Amino acid sequence: MPAARGSRDATVRRFALTDAIFRALTKGAAILVLVLLGGVAISLIAGSWPALSTFGLSFVGSEAWNPVTEKFGALAPIYGTIITSAIAIVIAVPIGIGIAVFLTELCPRPLRRPIGMAVELLAGIPSIIYGIWGLFVFAPFLQTTVQPFIIWMFHGVPGLNSLFAGPPYGIGLLTSAMILAIMILPFITSITKDVFDTVPSVLKESAYGIGCTTWEVTRRVVIPYTRVGIMGGVMLALGRALGETMAVTFVIGNAHRISASLFAPATTISATIANEFTEAVGDLYTSSLVALGLILFIITFIILAIARYMLLRIDSRAGA
Amino acid sequence: MSTALSLHQSRKRKNGVMMALCVVAAGIGLAWLALILGALIYKGLSGVSLAVFTQMTPPPGDAGGLLNAIYGSIVMTIIGIVVGTPIGVLAGTYMAEYGRFSKLTTVVRFINDILLSAPSIIVGLFVYELMVRPMGHFSAIAGAVALSILVIPVVVRTTEDMLNLVPNALREAGTAIGAPRWVVIRSVAWRAAMSGIVTGILLAVARISGETAPLLFTALNNQFWSSNLNAPMASLPVTIFQFALSPYEEWQQLAWTGALIITLTVLGLSIFARSLTGRREDR
Repeated sequence: MPAARGSRDATVRRFALTDAIFRALTKGAAILVLVLLGGVAISLIAGSWPALSTFGLSFVGSEAWNPVTEKFGALAPIYGTIITSAIAIVIAVPIGIGIAVFLTELCPRPLRRPIGMAVELLAGIPSIIYGIWGLFVFAPFLQTTVQPFIIWMFHGVPGLNSLFAGPPYGIGLLTSAMILAIMILPFITSITKDVFDTVPSVLKESAYGIGCTTWEVTRRVVIPYTRVGIMGGVMLALGRALGETMAVTFVIGNAHRISASLFAPATTISATIANEFTEAVGDLYTSSLVALGLILFIITFIILAIARYMLLRIDSRAGA
Repeated sequence: MSTALSLHQSRKRKNGVMMALCVVAAGIGLAWLALILGALIYKGLSGVSLAVFTQMTPPPGDAGGLLNAIYGSIVMTIIGIVVGTPIGVLAGTYMAEYGRFSKLTTVVRFINDILLSAPSIIVGLFVYELMVRPMGHFSAIAGAVALSILVIPVVVRTTEDMLNLVPNALREAGTAIGAPRWVVIRSVAWRAAMSGIVTGILLAVARISGETAPLLFTALNNQFWSSNLNAPMASLPVTIFQFALSPYEEWQQLAWTGALIITLTVLGLSIFARSLTGRREDR
């Protein structure tokens, strides 16, 4: 028996050892995820240090972007990023929620899965496809039909005439915002649909039971109940829109200036980096572009953190 | 009586208008998909020929193909998946198995969700600072590393979700017959969650095969055939970017054809991946 006891002990020890190794391996991989994000932050700060120490805080407040005199400021790209994303959200949120209402309340059951899947496929299309489509199909269409009409319609209206001032390039702020709206639509729809599904049927049924119409149930019961989740989805989509690169790079026009007109070419943070990084000569130029990346990273990190926090709150309520 | 009736009618009318708007919204969503796919097929299909798959990218104004770009995309995608998948699966395993209720898991899940939606161009900048600058030149391996960083969060997320769906009774049965924890994980939990984990990997492939931004200043581009991982390498998305913005008609046509190839690949992968888990839900 002692021999068997000994081999049993050895086996148990071997099991314990391999288990400890495997556990350490998986834990290491989990920690690596944290290290990755930390590494991104540190490398961006290190890379942008020359620019930030040269320009200081005026980097964020200056509109200048001159590679020849090596004067760089981030105001124009920040402005373009925020304006395009904001317009995209304004366009995409009502449509996205509308599709979610359609899918949860109106759509005939057999069509629900295919249509839901089609909308999610929109999310899977690479952004460069939206870019090439925007440049060759969408922008010329806007340039020849929509934009001249809008310019003609508003040219006598004070305020709006500077917002929609010509000439119609086709590319520019508004075109980028519309492409972004198409791109973030699926995110808003699928998250809104998911949070709509967390509404207890009893709540909806009691509202229907006292004679509410579908719209009243949606407006007075479903949307108030899921408000936090919808906001989370909108913030998530905003995070996507802020960081979206390729689609915008194609249609924004890459002009470092802030103009009142939404039809004017402009630039965003990501489009500036994508367009200029490989051609940037000199440490200060490169470093300024990395500093732009750092600003984008900080903005999106805050927005995404808020989004995740809001979605966590509705998750815990659904679980409770 | 008449006011009650008109209130009823106005409520019904409002409902009708709002519901019609929802239908219109769904119509708009589907119409965009149809418009984009339609334009892609119309413009891309006319350029599809054998030469696209057998010839190199041409100099301006010449006919040619996309062979080196397709090859580069495949190579970098494979390396990205091979590097990123094990890390993602192991991290997801820790979160669902060993550390399901630990503080570390909560933090990693939060950070991973942020990485999942972080702008991919930031990842490109990170790898540029991490590899390209110290090495002194652009390289395919740097591009592959950038892609693998995009793979990890996707795989972590799906692995954790799928392992959490595995019933605990299965694990307890494994433990009851004396198997150590890691054997239970390997032969019970992983096996039960296999189709879900594979779905996650396929979705990751779909995501990175269309990514352009992280490759722009890591792998750069290459006009010629190159299988050297330590040198710049062409990829389909970056080639499309370069060719689409060029004034040459041949290049623009190749860009459309490349766009069609990428879209069909990505859509095919996502539909296949979804059908893997879709069957599970129906059961």
